[in-house]
Amino acid sequence: MADYIIEVENLVKRFGKLVAVDNISFNVAPGEIFGFLGPNGAGKTTTINVLCTLSKPTSGRATINGFDVVRQQSQVRQSIGLVFQDPSLDEKLSGLQNLQFHAMVYNVPASVRGQRIEQVLRMMELWDKRKNEVRTYSGGMKRRLELARGLLHHPKVLFLDEPTLGLDPQTRNRIWEYILELRRREGTTIFLTTHYMDEAEKADRIAIIDYGKLAALDTPEQLKKIVGKDIISLKTGDSDRAAEEIRLRYQIEARCDGDELTFEVSRGAEFLPNFIKEFGIKILSINLRRPSLDDVFLKLTGREIRQEEVRDVFKAMVRQHGRRIRR
Amino acid sequence: MNNLRGIYTIWYRDILRFWHEKMRLISAITFPLLFLFVFGSGLSARMGSLGAGVDFTQFIFPGIIGMSVLMSSFMAGVSVVWDREFGFLKEVLVAPISRVSVAVGKTLGATTIALLQGSIILLFAPLIGVSLSIWTVLALLPLMFLLAASMSSLGILLATRIRSMEAFQAVMQMLMFPMVFLSGVFFPVQGLPAWMNVLVKLNPATYGIAPIRQVILGAPPDSPFGISVLGHTMSLWENVAVLAVFGVAMIFLAMWSFGNQE
Repeated sequence: MADYIIEVENLVKRFGKLVAVDNISFNVAPGEIFGFLGPNGAGKTTTINVLCTLSKPTSGRATINGFDVVRQQSQVRQSIGLVFQDPSLDEKLSGLQNLQFHAMVYNVPASVRGQRIEQVLRMMELWDKRKNEVRTYSGGMKRRLELARGLLHHPKVLFLDEPTLGLDPQTRNRIWEYILELRRREGTTIFLTTHYMDEAEKADRIAIIDYGKLAALDTPEQLKKIVGKDIISLKTGDSDRAAEEIRLRYQIEARCDGDELTFEVSRGAEFLPNFIKEFGIKILSINLRRPSLDDVFLKLTGREIRQEEVRDVFKAMVRQHGRRIRR
Repeated sequence: MNNLRGIYTIWYRDILRFWHEKMRLISAITFPLLFLFVFGSGLSARMGSLGAGVDFTQFIFPGIIGMSVLMSSFMAGVSVVWDREFGFLKEVLVAPISRVSVAVGKTLGATTIALLQGSIILLFAPLIGVSLSIWTVLALLPLMFLLAASMSSLGILLATRIRSMEAFQAVMQMLMFPMVFLSGVFFPVQGLPAWMNVLVKLNPATYGIAPIRQVILGAPPDSPFGISVLGHTMSLWENVAVLAVFGVAMIFLAMWSFGNQE
C-alpha cells in the first residue's frame, strides 16, 4: 500500500452523459515523474481535478500520500502542490504577497516562512521583482511564480497541468531544469500532463489517455517499442505510384500524409541504401528516424498529437491577452 | 484552529487588496455624500421638518449610512466572481482550508470594508446637525455589522450560482437598487401605496435601515419614522431580530452553496 504515493483505482467521472474519465487505474511511486499524455478533452485535467479534490469522482477511488481524495480532502490538499493550466494568481497583489498568502493557507510555520519564500523566489529568479504587482509580470514570469508557489509548502506530489503551454522554448527549458532539480533535491513526485512530446520524454513513466481511457502505461523506452520499427518518410513526385511500388516490392503498406509517404522497417540503416538504389521513382527527399512518442501516440490513438498543439498555443495566447483586453 | 487561520488569511487578503485600491474608497464615499449633501440639502429647504424636529437631511443620514454599508458589502460577491474569472479562486479552493472558512473569510472581509465606509460617513454627522454620543456609535457598529454580514452573504450566495461577471453585475443592479430604494433610505415608510408597502416590508434591507435610524434619531414608540408590520409597530429589537434571522439564513446558505460548488 504505502509503496505508492498516488493510487487510482477504477476511477470514473461523468458529466451528465459524457464520460470524461472512464474507469482508469494506475499507481505512481514516490519520486517518480509521471507523465499524462493525451489530446485535448481526453480527460487529463478532469483526472487532475479529481486527484486534487477540486471535483468528486463519480465512482472508484484515489488516494494521495495515503489519503483518500474524497474523505480526507484537507490532508490531500496539504500533500500536494499545483500548477494549473490557467493562471491562478492574484494579479493585484505583488509576487511576494501571493506567496505570503499561500504560505499562510498552507500553514508554513511563521519561523521559516520568510526564508522559504526567499528560497523559491531566488530559485525561480523572481527575487528582484518580488515587490511588483503580478499583473506587470510576463507570461513566463507568472508561470515561474506559480511554480514557486507550488513548491513553497514542500508538497509530496507536485501536479503540473501543461506547465509550459504557450511559453517560449528558453523559458520551457528553464522550468524543466527547476523541475528536475526539485526532484533530485526533495524527492518530490511529479505528476505532469502535457502534449509536448519532448517534455513527455523526460517522464519516468507515461500514461497515454484517450477518450477517458488509459491506452498505454509504460516507460518512454518501452512505449516506443510498441512502434518497434524504424520510420522512413519519403517524398516523391508521385505518392500513389511510390506507395504502389513499396507494396509490390516489400509488401509494406505505406501511409500517405500530404505529399509524404511514411512506412516502418525493422532495420532502417541497412534497408535504406538498397532501397534508394532499387527504387524506380525519383526520390525528392528521404528521412530515417527512430520511433518517437508521437509515433506511439499515433499508433495507439490513430491521431497525431501535434495537430492540436498549434491551436492550443493560440488558445493560450487568446486567454492571456483576452483577459487584458476585457479589463 | 485550521478554520480560524483560513478565515483570517482570506480576510487579510481582501483587506490587502482593498488597501491597494484606496482610491476606490473615495469614489465609494463620494456617491453617498452627494446624496446626503446635494440631494438632502436641496430638498430640506423646501420640506422643512418631517416631524420630531428632524429635517430631510437628518432623516436620510442614517439611511445613507445603511445604503453605503449595503452597497459596499454586496462587493463580496463581486470579489468571488472576479476571483473565479482570474483563476485565483482555484488556488483558494485547493488550499487545505475548509470551504466554509473561505466563505466566512470573504464575508468578514467585505463586512470590514463596509463598516469602514459606514463609519466614515458617520463622521459627517456634526455637519448636518446630528449629535452622536460615544454610546450611539458603539450601538451602531453591531447594527452595521449585522447588515453588512447579511448582505455580503447574499452576494456570495449569488456569486456561487451566477458564474459570469456580466450576468452577476446585471443581477446586482436589478437587486441592489430596488433594495436600496424600497428600504426607507429616502422616505419614511408610512402611508405608502399598498403595492409599495408590501415590497418595502418584504425587503430585508428595511429592517437594517430602521434600527440604524432608530439609534441615530432616537426611537420613541410614537416616532413618525417607525415601521409597522401587520398593524404592529416594530421596536428596535424586533427590527434587529428580523434582520438577524435573514442574516443567519443567508450566512448558512452562502456557506452551504460555497462548499458545494465544483
